[in-house]
Amino acid sequence: MTFIKPKFRHPDLPTNKLGYTLSYYEGALSTLCAGCGHDSISAAIIQSAFEMNIEPHKLAKLSGIGCSSKTPAYFLSNSHGFNSVHGRMPSVATGANMANKDLIYLGVSGDGDTASIGMGQFVHVIRRNLKMIYIVMNNGCYGLTKGQDSATADNGSISKSGIVNQFQAIDLCGLAIELGATFVAQSFSGDKKQLIPLIKAGMAHNGFAFINVISPCVTFNNNKGSTKSYDFVRDHLEATGTFDFVPEMEEITTNYESGEKHAIKLHDGSLLQFNKLDNEWDPLDRFSAMKAVHQAREKNEIITGLLYLNQKAMDLHELVNTCDRPLNTLKKEDLCPGNGVLAVINAGLR
Amino acid sequence: MSDKIKINDFVVRFANVNGTGSASANLLFCKAIFRMGVPVTPKNIFPSNIQGLPTWYEVRVSEKGYLGRRDGIDLMVAVNAQSMEADIKSVRTGGYLLYDSSKKLPDHFIRDDIHFIPIPLMEICNETYTDARLRLLFKNIIYVGAIAELMQFDFTVFESLLGDQFKGKEKLIAPNLNALKLGSDFIKANYKGTFDLKVERRDLLKDAIMTDGNSACGLGAIYGGATFAAWYPITPSTSVVEGFMDYADEFREEKETGKRKVAIIQAEDELAAIGMVIGANWNGARAFTATSGPGLSLMNEFIGLAYFAEIPLVLIDVQRTGPSTGMPTRTQQSDILEAAYASHGDTRHILLFPSTPKECFDFTATAFDLAEQLQTPVIIMTDLDLGMNDHVSPPFSWDDSKDYKRGKVLDYDALESIQKFGRYLDVDNDGIPYRTIPGTHPTKGSFFTRGTSRDEYAVYTENSEAYQRNMDRLVKKWVTAREYVPSSQLYQKQHSSEYGILFFGTSQYAAEEAMDMLKEAKISVDGLRIKSFPFDQIAINFLHDHKHIFVVEQNRDAQMKSLIMIELGISSEKLISVLNYDGLPVTATNIVHQITHSLERVEKYTNV
Repeated sequence: MTFIKPKFRHPDLPTNKLGYTLSYYEGALSTLCAGCGHDSISAAIIQSAFEMNIEPHKLAKLSGIGCSSKTPAYFLSNSHGFNSVHGRMPSVATGANMANKDLIYLGVSGDGDTASIGMGQFVHVIRRNLKMIYIVMNNGCYGLTKGQDSATADNGSISKSGIVNQFQAIDLCGLAIELGATFVAQSFSGDKKQLIPLIKAGMAHNGFAFINVISPCVTFNNNKGSTKSYDFVRDHLEATGTFDFVPEMEEITTNYESGEKHAIKLHDGSLLQFNKLDNEWDPLDRFSAMKAVHQAREKNEIITGLLYLNQKAMDLHELVNTCDRPLNTLKKEDLCPGNGVLAVINAGLR
Repeated sequence: MSDKIKINDFVVRFANVNGTGSASANLLFCKAIFRMGVPVTPKNIFPSNIQGLPTWYEVRVSEKGYLGRRDGIDLMVAVNAQSMEADIKSVRTGGYLLYDSSKKLPDHFIRDDIHFIPIPLMEICNETYTDARLRLLFKNIIYVGAIAELMQFDFTVFESLLGDQFKGKEKLIAPNLNALKLGSDFIKANYKGTFDLKVERRDLLKDAIMTDGNSACGLGAIYGGATFAAWYPITPSTSVVEGFMDYADEFREEKETGKRKVAIIQAEDELAAIGMVIGANWNGARAFTATSGPGLSLMNEFIGLAYFAEIPLVLIDVQRTGPSTGMPTRTQQSDILEAAYASHGDTRHILLFPSTPKECFDFTATAFDLAEQLQTPVIIMTDLDLGMNDHVSPPFSWDDSKDYKRGKVLDYDALESIQKFGRYLDVDNDGIPYRTIPGTHPTKGSFFTRGTSRDEYAVYTENSEAYQRNMDRLVKKWVTAREYVPSSQLYQKQHSSEYGILFFGTSQYAAEEAMDMLKEAKISVDGLRIKSFPFDQIAINFLHDHKHIFVVEQNRDAQMKSLIMIELGISSEKLISVLNYDGLPVTATNIVHQITHSLERVEKYTNV
């Protein structure tokens, strides 16, 4: 294994509309275990940002603590990053977003970081519909502390040391839909074809976009009997459809294999096209989305794709009615009422 | 039995039931005295409850301008049956008890060493008002009228006060004036006893204002340019952010659009509140939170992150009586050590200690400059007494020529001109590095903020030398901070005693009065008021120049003394604690008593 990332890039590498190559969106060399699902998700994020023509400095990446929360160091090194404290990324992202509404906020968390220590903040960031994309790299265990079960470990799943988990799993997607999250998706780290359009659509969404990505832990939770192993997940995946993200004004060239074609126009004018495989489920209907999630759970399936979307809800800036100029650009002239006003205030206090 | 007439020098205590509207009536009494130009200080001693429990409101009137609490109740206004017996007992010999005589007092409540002023408040209300709510509310106004009559107030002051209070709701003025008159008339017609507490008009207050410290902090945050606040409700800090909200409604609306130049989020807990504030500051907005002891405990982990990752942060700690839930509606200065060293690992934080609403305003506004200049948390250490009670204060003022000091932030042009940006490089040799705000430059200035160790270029490292270099630079920054923080206040041009008295925050009121009392007793002590931590050179010199220093503080464990010992290496024997930790603001007599007692012991000890 090499610890030096080669800097040489072929001069003819393709560039995006901004003139950046894919490598410009990469980060430092990953120090996660070889084969870790998280690295695939990082690669999907890199690809998404490249294809979305995102100015790296116009995106801020934030995380909590854990293996997943280390990944922002491994993508988008030209973006500002903030590795905060365990379970508290949502609050830091909320403050950052309030300070500057013009950036894209990408939060990365894990199942321990979100479903246990950070559950409170996860619930409340959903409640506020903060405009951000929140990716959980979900492997059902605590990797950094060597494999303890997390709160998303399925009941009956067997750990590497042979212990059967006796507790109910927290289904983050089901919870998010229940709480009224406005964009809820589930995917698999090994399915880049599905994950990339979901990440892109999440970045385009005007509100809280949640993607729960099952991402097997190759070191501590990839054994027989684990319901978060590569083998188990591959065997139990049930896609709701195939997805493609189409930026505004771009010619639609995607060919669909089969099924019913749909397209949803997103906030910024881009399109999320998808082929629906399940006729009963409608991603714009919260009850049908909840039903689909419950049914999948009953059948021991891992339902993937965009499960629910609500574009009507106001985001937090709209809810608190902040001005169009980012708050962090306001100057003393905009903010300080001055000494003259104090004379009036003083008079009112006598 | 009667003492000589006390003009503008007495204490009135109102014993009420909370939730009955008594606070606004009592404030009306207090404000009337303020309008008559006489120094006055109210203390609301209230329960952690919304309705039905005993609550007291103490008003000290002092011609000499002493604004601390004073022991000894000259007049008790007892309108709460629950606490009546104890309330009667607490009146000083020769003092007065005004009570609701609608019900006869039990015989064993009667004392023959105080004056009883019966007034059938409930009966008057029942005769005058049919509405039950009005009966309850005006009962309070009626006793204010009665006291004002006894004290020979100039009643025109009420007309102007109520006129201001009910601007826009003028029809409420006449009923209030009428209720005052009911009280006043009853006294004129029925009370024939003596009464020697008088208020006479003076012009002692000049341009002073009367307000509470919390709303002053809220206003300071508006002037200091805060655009974001996140908070979780907790007594006694709640009114800081509520004050900020009220002023934001007034001053932060964008005229053209009706949109707001501020965002205020009520968080799910204190952890989220401070996390949001850190996120906003990291992203270049001025942001703050306000809390009290329990919230500060919860915020510890994040405070450590802000210290280590060097993110500006303003936190207003309105201290209350701890530990744990303690006495949540009583005052104390007992978060000092927790605030100074909040969080695990080696951390140290800048503290500011305001004493007056004016300083709450000034220090809050200044805290945003300090936090950004020093890229670190700044904690304003106020308390329940200062925060929630009204205080006579110098008026607010602002220097319009002064710009915000945003500290070392590299903008686009600055980033263009440098070769390689190092977030934690000590370029200027003052321990303060340069920072960048996300979104500034497409190719330069991005870095990864983290609570883990890193090198000068913000790259993660577990290299011992790099870690230690960083920790040492933070010490250097701490030394630099000494030059930035508000200076201590000396009470004399030249030291004249080998004894000093050191105090801070709300102990100022009682300590200043105590110094006068000591002077009258021919005991000379030099005074110093600390306004900030790290301690400045003035404070250090003062501590070195005196043989013994009395350290006045409102906590059990002598936390400020500990801080001085730890930070300045001053010996424990040199610092004599004067402590008050009963949850009530310290009094001058208490300080004098402790000092004279210690002096006797010190003298004995040194004579051996």
